[in-house]
Amino acid sequence: MQKLIASVTSRLVISIPYLWLLVFFLIPFIIVFKISLSEVAMAIPPYTPVVDITAGIKSVFNSISQFSWDNYVWLVEDPLYYKAYISSLVIAIVSTFLTLIIGYPIAYGMARAPATIRPTLLMLVILPFWTSFLIRVYAWIGILKPEGLLNQFLMWANVIDTPLNILNTNTAIFIGIVYSYLPFLVLPIYSALEKMDYSLVEAAEDLGCTPLMAFWKITFPLSMPGVIAGCFLVFIPATGEFVIPDLLGGSSTLMIGKTLWSEFFSNRDWPVSSAVAVILLLLLVVPIVLFQRSEAKAQESEK
Amino acid sequence: MKSLGSFRRKFAPWNDPEAKPFIAIENVTKRFGDFTAVDDLSLNIYNREFFALLGASGCGKSTLLRMLAGFETPTSGRILIDGQDMSGIPPYKRPVNMMFQSYALFPHMTVEANIAFGLKQDGMPKNEIEARVAEMLKLVKLEQFAKRKPHQLSGGQRQRVALARCVAKRPKVLLLDEPLGALDKKLREETQFELMDLQMKLGLTFVVVTHDQEEAMTMSDRIAVMDKGKVKQVATPAEVYEAPNSKFVADFIGNVNMFEGTAAAVENGKIDIDVAADKMTIRTDATRNCSVGQTVGFAIRPEKIRLSRKEPANPAVNAAYGELYDIAYFGDMTVFHVRLENGRIIKAASLNAVRTVEDPLGYEDMVWVNFDTDAGILLTA
Ligand SMILES: Nc1ncnc2c1ncn2[C@@H]1O[C@H](COP(=O)(O)OP(=O)(O)OP(=O)(O)O)[C@@H](O)[C@H]1O
Ligand SMILES: [Mg+2]
Repeated sequence: MQKLIASVTSRLVISIPYLWLLVFFLIPFIIVFKISLSEVAMAIPPYTPVVDITAGIKSVFNSISQFSWDNYVWLVEDPLYYKAYISSLVIAIVSTFLTLIIGYPIAYGMARAPATIRPTLLMLVILPFWTSFLIRVYAWIGILKPEGLLNQFLMWANVIDTPLNILNTNTAIFIGIVYSYLPFLVLPIYSALEKMDYSLVEAAEDLGCTPLMAFWKITFPLSMPGVIAGCFLVFIPATGEFVIPDLLGGSSTLMIGKTLWSEFFSNRDWPVSSAVAVILLLLLVVPIVLFQRSEAKAQESEK
Repeated sequence: MKSLGSFRRKFAPWNDPEAKPFIAIENVTKRFGDFTAVDDLSLNIYNREFFALLGASGCGKSTLLRMLAGFETPTSGRILIDGQDMSGIPPYKRPVNMMFQSYALFPHMTVEANIAFGLKQDGMPKNEIEARVAEMLKLVKLEQFAKRKPHQLSGGQRQRVALARCVAKRPKVLLLDEPLGALDKKLREETQFELMDLQMKLGLTFVVVTHDQEEAMTMSDRIAVMDKGKVKQVATPAEVYEAPNSKFVADFIGNVNMFEGTAAAVENGKIDIDVAADKMTIRTDATRNCSVGQTVGFAIRPEKIRLSRKEPANPAVNAAYGELYDIAYFGDMTVFHVRLENGRIIKAASLNAVRTVEDPLGYEDMVWVNFDTDAGILLTA
């Protein structure tokens, strides 16, 4: 009997993550997917058909038979959508790359800092999370606007004499994404670098590498799992980002998050915005699967 | 084929005043903050020598080795390798290679790639690299593991890869930091001979750090015994064991019985030491200068002490009477602990040369301890 209880509890424990995924990911996804197959209607909720499980099996089948792929056809036909997807991906890729260029040296510096000050540095990287994301992005408006802090400073330093137009451009979006997601990239790289045995670098130098070559041949490849994890952690949320392009980007900036938002709130077209969301998810599933593969591989080689 | 020993016996460049040292460490001091890890240390190491740095944990062995490799800069003093001053020369330009205490194998590279790493760095042509790697793999008997990653190897195999990796470059000097530290006893003994063999075959100079004295004794031509950043004695293993120059060295290497007393008489090349604490008079060869009344030490190894139930011919000198307090049987030999009247324990070891002894010594037997005048060492430092 005790054995039975033990086996049941252990199964229960194992099933928790699956249960979590089922309740908070799969079921919502199915609901969104279902809505994406519906049609707009002036009603509450604003689409039809509405599947009412309490009305019996027949009515459910009846509503399912009314589902159509029209919204997806619409997405393909209107260039606005695929342009928004492509532009989102491009912006996400560029900003991931920029974040990497800035974040790697930060992570490297932290990992090579004296062990006594590392916790403080780590704290400083995490510190911005203590204020709201929205407020921090808002603050950038104050910095980047034509009469903002950055322009005031540059003009005071006589670097420029007319204010730079940064706000409401893609540059502002890049700045916003790099700033907001930097910790997500720094932390995994830092943890990869920190657990690396420094005598490996010494061994490489001993075998004839200059410090720079030792970095390229040893340190960088060994930090690769951290780099990959960090890049995905930036790339995936950046693709669907809404707040940053909305606040910092201009009206010409096309990003799928913004498109989705306007479909949902301005047009009240739930079915189309659901279709946009489903496609976005499918687009992101590819890098997520790649990410998980590389994680699994990294864990494998660590054993 | 001649044995290793036959080469060894003739090899003694340190006795040749003409011989130029290959590595000269001149008054080197290394401080970390206000802690002195290596203290005004001077050493000469000769070409093709198998040199061991022996000392307790934290005495500065690794630090000295790291200075030779170029990972630490001496606070003062200088290091010459092959006549060239190494100050300011980075690790990648030194004619030495180091085998790390942790092996430091590159985890993302195969065994092959690890061994080829240094050669590639030197810009060696590809076919030569392949040939050299194959040769190295054969040397360390790892041919069938060429394609494995380090984490797929056993500790002993990793150690051999690390060795092959630094030998592959044919450095003039190989620095080995506790090369056998991670191996079990049996594997360690096998590997000791492999290392010696390799060193002879390739004609390299080895500087090996170890805190295992047996290992140092077995492998090396000379041993430097270190303590707190200083060298206490540099000598061949036999000299270090049989003629230690100080109480520290005598105590550090092997088992020893230490006595302290005052020199009572010095005559005919013998000295009488009055060991008041144990009510003994020790007569020994006066191998060191000392004057009557001086406090001196006397060290004697357990295997040089005889035990018997019978009273020795001259019980007044080099003899003591006591109770057999403890018997430790090791198979090949037995160590007896004799307790004197004052509670002092004297260790005596005897080889078990025959399988059965009539009336063997047993616990609580009263026995005489006795030794010859040339059995121990007079110590004045
Ligand atoms: N980078 C450093 N900073 C401060 N102290 C150090 C540093 N490296 C070594 N030390 C100190 O110098 C002393 C000698 O260290 P070292 O590593 O040379 O010892 P060791 O003889 O190799 O010991 P072990 O047998 O344990 O390896 C130690 O007390 C150590 O704490
Ligand atoms: Mg050490």
